[in-house]
Amino acid sequence: MRLQNGGMVDRSKVIRFSFDGVPVEGFAGDTVASALLGRGQRLIGRSFKYHRPRGVLSAGSEEPNALVTVGRGAAQEPNVRATVQEISEGLEVFSQNAWPSLKRDVLSVNDRLWPFLGAGFYYKTFMWPRAFWEKIYEPVIRRAAGLGGLSGAAPDERYQKAFAYCDVLVIGAGPSGLMAAKLAALAGADVILADEDSQPGGRLNAERLEIGGQTGAAWGQAVLAELRAMPNVRVMTRTTVTGAYDQGTYGALERKPAGSPAQEVFWRIVAKRAILAAGAIERSIAFADNDRPGVMTAGALRAYVNRWAVSPAPRVAIFGNNDDAHKTAQDLVAAGVQVVAVIDSRPDAKVPAGPYEVLTGAVVEGSAGRLGLTSITVRHQGRARKIAVGCLAVSGGWNPSVHLTCHMNGRPTWRADIASFVPTPGAIPGLTAVGACNGAFSTAACLREAVAATREALAKIGLEAPQLEIPSAEDAPYRIDPLWAVPGKGRAWLDFQNDVTVKDVKQAATENFRSVEHMKRYTTQGMATDQGKNSNVAALAVLADATGRGIPETGTTTFRPPYSPVSIAAMGAGGQGMGFAPQRFTTSHAASLAAGAPMIEAGLWYRPSFFPRAGETTWRQSCDREVGFVRNTVGICDVSTLGKIDIQGPDAGAFLDLVYTNMFSTLKQGRVRYGLMLREDGYVMDDGTTARLGPQHYVMTTTTAAAGEVMRHLDFVSQCLRPDLDVRYTSVTEQWAQFAVAGPKSRDLLNQLLETPIDNETWPFMSCGAIRIGGVEGRLFRISFSGEHAYEVAVPARFGASLFSHLVEMAKQHGGGAYGMEALNVLRIEKGHITHAEIHGRTTAFDCGFEKMVSAKKDCIGKTMSQRPGLLDPMRERFIGLRPVAATGKITAGAHLFNPGDPAQRAFDQGYVTSVAFSPDLGHDIGLAFVKNGPARIGETLRLVDHLRGVETQVQICDPVFIDPEGGRTRG
Amino acid sequence: MRLACPICGTRDRREFYYKGDAVALARPDPDAGAAAWDSYVHLRDNPAGQVRDLWHHEAGCGAWVVVTRDTVSHAVLDVALARPEAGGVQ
Repeated sequence: MRLQNGGMVDRSKVIRFSFDGVPVEGFAGDTVASALLGRGQRLIGRSFKYHRPRGVLSAGSEEPNALVTVGRGAAQEPNVRATVQEISEGLEVFSQNAWPSLKRDVLSVNDRLWPFLGAGFYYKTFMWPRAFWEKIYEPVIRRAAGLGGLSGAAPDERYQKAFAYCDVLVIGAGPSGLMAAKLAALAGADVILADEDSQPGGRLNAERLEIGGQTGAAWGQAVLAELRAMPNVRVMTRTTVTGAYDQGTYGALERKPAGSPAQEVFWRIVAKRAILAAGAIERSIAFADNDRPGVMTAGALRAYVNRWAVSPAPRVAIFGNNDDAHKTAQDLVAAGVQVVAVIDSRPDAKVPAGPYEVLTGAVVEGSAGRLGLTSITVRHQGRARKIAVGCLAVSGGWNPSVHLTCHMNGRPTWRADIASFVPTPGAIPGLTAVGACNGAFSTAACLREAVAATREALAKIGLEAPQLEIPSAEDAPYRIDPLWAVPGKGRAWLDFQNDVTVKDVKQAATENFRSVEHMKRYTTQGMATDQGKNSNVAALAVLADATGRGIPETGTTTFRPPYSPVSIAAMGAGGQGMGFAPQRFTTSHAASLAAGAPMIEAGLWYRPSFFPRAGETTWRQSCDREVGFVRNTVGICDVSTLGKIDIQGPDAGAFLDLVYTNMFSTLKQGRVRYGLMLREDGYVMDDGTTARLGPQHYVMTTTTAAAGEVMRHLDFVSQCLRPDLDVRYTSVTEQWAQFAVAGPKSRDLLNQLLETPIDNETWPFMSCGAIRIGGVEGRLFRISFSGEHAYEVAVPARFGASLFSHLVEMAKQHGGGAYGMEALNVLRIEKGHITHAEIHGRTTAFDCGFEKMVSAKKDCIGKTMSQRPGLLDPMRERFIGLRPVAATGKITAGAHLFNPGDPAQRAFDQGYVTSVAFSPDLGHDIGLAFVKNGPARIGETLRLVDHLRGVETQVQICDPVFIDPEGGRTRG
Repeated sequence: MRLACPICGTRDRREFYYKGDAVALARPDPDAGAAAWDSYVHLRDNPAGQVRDLWHHEAGCGAWVVVTRDTVSHAVLDVALARPEAGGVQ
């Protein structure tokens, strides 16, 4: 019910939303929880396992119970805490885990089966038969359990990521955080003040207290206004700091208000120092049926009454083990809510009187009310007594929010005087906990700690804090007499979200799950989305009791990030769809798309598979035709994606001699050489051609896949091994567009374009040099991946698109055209040229038949290790070609090879196939493979077996060069 | 995690590529023998405590740096430009 007066909501602004399709009105400033309580709706959802009716337990982000689904379709978000979700016009809110309706839920039958469904029930029951695990048990259990669901529609991309840097990050804007931020700001520090609420102030907004002669809320607003006016302060509301990471890095989730362009922003904040002022979370007390809608923590009830001016019911009782119970009663009376009784478990408590009954040394031992609390049972002086109330506020004491201080493996310290854990100082380098999250429970103590800790933090970064008067505030002692669970029959709930009871924890101890980590996993205590913020300490107190240990010896489970749930979409913002990886396009990209070429990914690059023509229905038809272009006339292919590294300097040759197995210092100017690069362990890293353009100028090409790796390697060799070599290099992959012009007609085509025509004498095979083409300075390399008479022509990238279209048009006049990756692959397999299918990281120069390329005259990276006897053993799997014995025989990549008569099992493995193609020139499949002692076994027949595809073929070992082994065509 | 690149200043670790132990800076002579090369290429300590390892500021200046850090506390104790070191285990 909404109270007549008070609160911080704006009663002049009515906001309409819906709950399960029913229109609800609230005021600006309301959360879904406060608005629903305001209209008397205590029942909000059903519990995870037993489908128990549940309502609002808290008034903050720790809420375990009041979880709802917000929105529909792509915008549908499950398990939203009603206590955090602000209402907005037209917001659609739905209850969860209930069918057909919240009031009549079929699966609430689970609640009556509770004697059978305790901790470990699933582990013990669904053991046999084993075949039922995946097919029957899991789907059924998953359907019955669980909370909200996803719509299945892809989320709209209203998530962002952002980065921020500051001197001092203040986490939490309660009294401590505000004070800390103010002092840091006055000292001139760059300050970020992050608070998870829409309205900063923390408990200032929830309590009736005074600071410096004004109300706490007014003081908070004034400080906030001061901070917002300062240029060196950034106040981030609705922002939860979710994790603490190395070197002062913090993760934070910002929820934007309705109507913002972004829905959520995930921040990475880097701070020189951090002040943790995260406050504390109140815990409940376990008693039978303590989970009914209408039972909530006392601090939450004070927040609803003082901030939102609502009470869940007209008649309220309060149960506590500390002075907060009485503070709550006074607040309620002041707000005009009827307090029926205050039940204080402490027998000797000195308590203030009020217009209500006060029972000391009494406990609440039960409750009644099917869909909401109607009465409680109180035991006082040995007698049980029923009291009719619609709301019970429970205060079991406060747990400091130590979570962030545990994110780097820190363990909190037990403090018996407050019966809770506090942060261990130094647990996060650069972070200091102050105020309630450090165990200081009076406002005055919070302010004192904040000033002292901030002053110290500022000094650490060389800033002097000015004198700042600490305003006067209440300084009441915190008097608590721990009471975790009221003994008695029935189920007393600890973890509301995962339906864990006192009995479950005791059961775990009985079954010898005595370690707190074991108990947690056996009972699922604290494993729900709220991570047991209200219940963990009570659960381990029950465990400590059941195992006869103290709480410090029992220890805590490990708190890990995130502090509160973060949607994956927010963490992965920018990574949806094509945002997952940047796309790299060649200068011929548009032309390839226009020609209808399907594009395939090569690393981040996109390259055309083939260029379909009218009448072609399969990729093979296009590919075979394109192979024919190159073998018979001329084909054009964009090869710009290969890594290109420009290398210059007096020692460029010596540098290349070190990174390549073969000699490059002796390479003549105007010539190109194929080079092989090893890793230091002797295995092949990459290959490619390097051209010498001038006395001190080389251009290296790498494979498309290894361009980044090779650059990093060159940096390593240059900086870490031979900084004495005078050499400079840079990647020019993006700066040059390069096209293969391949086939018998390639020179004819080029001579139509070149300003100075070429012939076989001026440009023999493996020559290179500068050219002018279409008025542009370019480079020409006579190199061939296809085995045909071929060139690669390079121009500055801005001329690439134009040159490509030109080349393709002219090739068509010669009866050829563009060719794609499929044809390129067939052409190179026919010539036995290797790619990363062969140099896959486990093959050596010797394995690939390149042992003679490892120069004996010089050292190179990987040389020493490549000479290990085991790497030169002829019985190693070595490079050969394969052809099917029958022309129709299939050869498949990844297939393994066996001697005829041997079983197709690993122990008999003779080798494996790395590359396959249908050769249009030969009219059958061909393959490249690695076979034990392969080169010595040319002509032998093997059995090819592909277990995955169900292929078995008789194949013959042959030379890997299938076409023109003498190389006559290449030299043209 | 953040690393202070001697050239660029303190940067997020996502800008860096991790290689491994800084022993890679002490490349042995070609004829240093099998034990030295085995140690250089293969043998690595895995201490709980201080380590020196090589990172490449790949998304930055391209410098290779030696990072001295503590695997227990995650403290970064030093970041320095990588330079060759005296030959490995003989």
